[in-house]
Amino acid sequence: MAAAAAVVAESLAGYRARAARAVLEQVVLPGEELLLPEQEDGEGPGGTGERPLRLNAGARSRGRVVCGPGLRRCGDRLLVTKCGRLRHKEPGSGSGGGVYWVDSQQKRYVPVKGDHVIGIVTAKSGDIFKVDVGGSEPASLSYLAFEGATKRNRPNVQVGDLIYGQFVVANKDMEPEMVCIDSCGRACGMGVIGQDGLLFKVTLGLIRRLLAPDCEILQEVGKLYPLEIVFGMNGRIWVKAKTIQQTLILANILEACEHMTADQRKQIFSRLAES
Amino acid sequence: MKETPLSNCERRFLLRAIEEKKRLDGRQTYDYRNIKISFGTDYGCCIVELGKTRVLGQVSCELVSPKLNRATEGILFFNLELSQMAAPAFEPGRQSDLLVKLNRLLERCLRNSKCIDTESLCVVAGEKVWQIRVDLHLLNHDGNIIDAASIAAIVALCHFRRPDVSVQGDEVTLYTLEERDPVPLSIHHMPICVSFAFFQQGTYLLVDPNEREERVMDGLLVIAMNKHREICTIQSSGGIMLLKDQVLRCSKIAGVKVAEITELIQKALENDQKVRKEGGKFGFAESIANQRITAFRMEKAPVDTSDVEEKAEEIISEAEPPSEVVSKPVLWTPGTAQIGEGIENSWGDLEDSEKEDEDEGGSDEAIILDSIKMDTGEVSNIGSQDAPIVLSDSEEEEMIILEPDKNPKKIRTQTISATQVKAPSKKPVKKRKKKRAAN
Repeated sequence: MAAAAAVVAESLAGYRARAARAVLEQVVLPGEELLLPEQEDGEGPGGTGERPLRLNAGARSRGRVVCGPGLRRCGDRLLVTKCGRLRHKEPGSGSGGGVYWVDSQQKRYVPVKGDHVIGIVTAKSGDIFKVDVGGSEPASLSYLAFEGATKRNRPNVQVGDLIYGQFVVANKDMEPEMVCIDSCGRACGMGVIGQDGLLFKVTLGLIRRLLAPDCEILQEVGKLYPLEIVFGMNGRIWVKAKTIQQTLILANILEACEHMTADQRKQIFSRLAES
Repeated sequence: MKETPLSNCERRFLLRAIEEKKRLDGRQTYDYRNIKISFGTDYGCCIVELGKTRVLGQVSCELVSPKLNRATEGILFFNLELSQMAAPAFEPGRQSDLLVKLNRLLERCLRNSKCIDTESLCVVAGEKVWQIRVDLHLLNHDGNIIDAASIAAIVALCHFRRPDVSVQGDEVTLYTLEERDPVPLSIHHMPICVSFAFFQQGTYLLVDPNEREERVMDGLLVIAMNKHREICTIQSSGGIMLLKDQVLRCSKIAGVKVAEITELIQKALENDQKVRKEGGKFGFAESIANQRITAFRMEKAPVDTSDVEEKAEEIISEAEPPSEVVSKPVLWTPGTAQIGEGIENSWGDLEDSEKEDEDEGGSDEAIILDSIKMDTGEVSNIGSQDAPIVLSDSEEEEMIILEPDKNPKKIRTQTISATQVKAPSKKPVKKRKKKRAAN
């Protein structure tokens, strides 16, 4: 029954569906349907011969494919829900299809479990803090979720402070919950951010680019001035350098990186390094 | 949706930056953000951009019966709307304090200053007058709404044309746009608001505060002025005590700013009129800069000229030396002759080739990293500028001492004659040389 429905869906979508492998790193648009690698062989123009085999979908060995942001499962295909470039990450170990996601340029943050974000404390109520993270509703943060915090030993958090933390609960239609400790109870760099420095907002795409392991921008920025920097996946960056002037320069450069090509960026960095 | 709260660290940083006379976007204390004025296809429609703050202005007119106490005057109506599109914190359908304050200020700035001749809007006294309605919509909020809104309102009014009307006896004829050209409103002067933000109880002052600066400011002074330096409205809010000198200084600054903005407005209006007259393309769509990512055009490639000299020196120092020249003509067959090897022009200056010889000698001596070699090259360059002949001579002597047998040198000449003289093809050659030298 389910298999029959899948066949109908396929015939409806026609041959418009492209293979996910073929459009990697290309722009995909909402509404587009993508085929997973193991479907490709049967999907070609002459692939009808394999149909009987594919009807037995349950027995087929298939890798586990994870749909990242911007993708949704539709039958046994991927449905694109955001405009952007399609990305893929190979599975780390064992068999599987890896992770597919769409890298889109947006500003509005949607909490995701496990994300590290910068929040602003907006209220203290009882034993929880309300933290604004830029999502649709504020996150809650227990005062016990700090390193070394006990019922007696409360962390010193004021309204308006910046918090660097991690989401442990982030569901649709539910209040997200943050913590500032990892599973072993260590801070791991999380907690209240110092009183100095500047907080500014960039697009989520730029944050992902900056946090990529081989990010050139960050290395170049690091050569300019000694600095402290925190990136929140919610598009917030906190930066602090020795002087106000340097902090301002760094903030403006990072903001400008959004729309600069690598060449333009190098040029500006070299000009700054001279001055 | 609630607005994003301002964190303590932002507040502190902003105040400290203001103390140091610095602003987040790199402006000076008295600088305005960029003002951009674009017109729609219809008369009386414009968008004013003040940095990232955008206000859409739209003027419309209607024939109505006048107010009882002012039978011969047209009616002016202003309405500013703060939509949720501008900032998520603005709630739709609710008159917030800010909105009431802004609307009030706009009315005082534009209606009470009598910048529009309302008597010219009368058609039949006591019966029909024009009602001019100015709708302003905030499209994006990045601070200083009032300045952008006042500019948008006056620009839209200047740009607006109302249908022509003729009165014969007691018969009123309203002409459509096709029948008669519409007539502009008669505008006496153009009042423009200029905002000043005060910090630390009036110690520091900034012109055209942006959104974050507005959040940390202590008080705001708005001066509406026209280009004749006549103050139309002045309003101080936030409850700060200002000295007489401060207000006077602000009014002087406002005078300068208003003159600049008025000039810009007039230029924009003239431009639009010219384009319309010539039948060119106009409207919002045309005024959007053509910067689509899909546009088929060549990007100007930026050229990095910061370290050209070093690079040039590097290339020179890495280049192959010209091969040895056979000065005697060689007679291959009767009728043909050859001078030199036919590989490279040896007309270059001798000094250069000597220098490169030194470099080559250096690399023969031992295994030297590229960077070190570059350094020596530079050193010898600098040296050669001062006393070229002496230095090169001494190094050549060194080379001779370190190479008792001329074996490596012979290899080099062989390899050079075998391969094309190109910088990239040099590396493998050198490696081979090094091996031989090590042996």
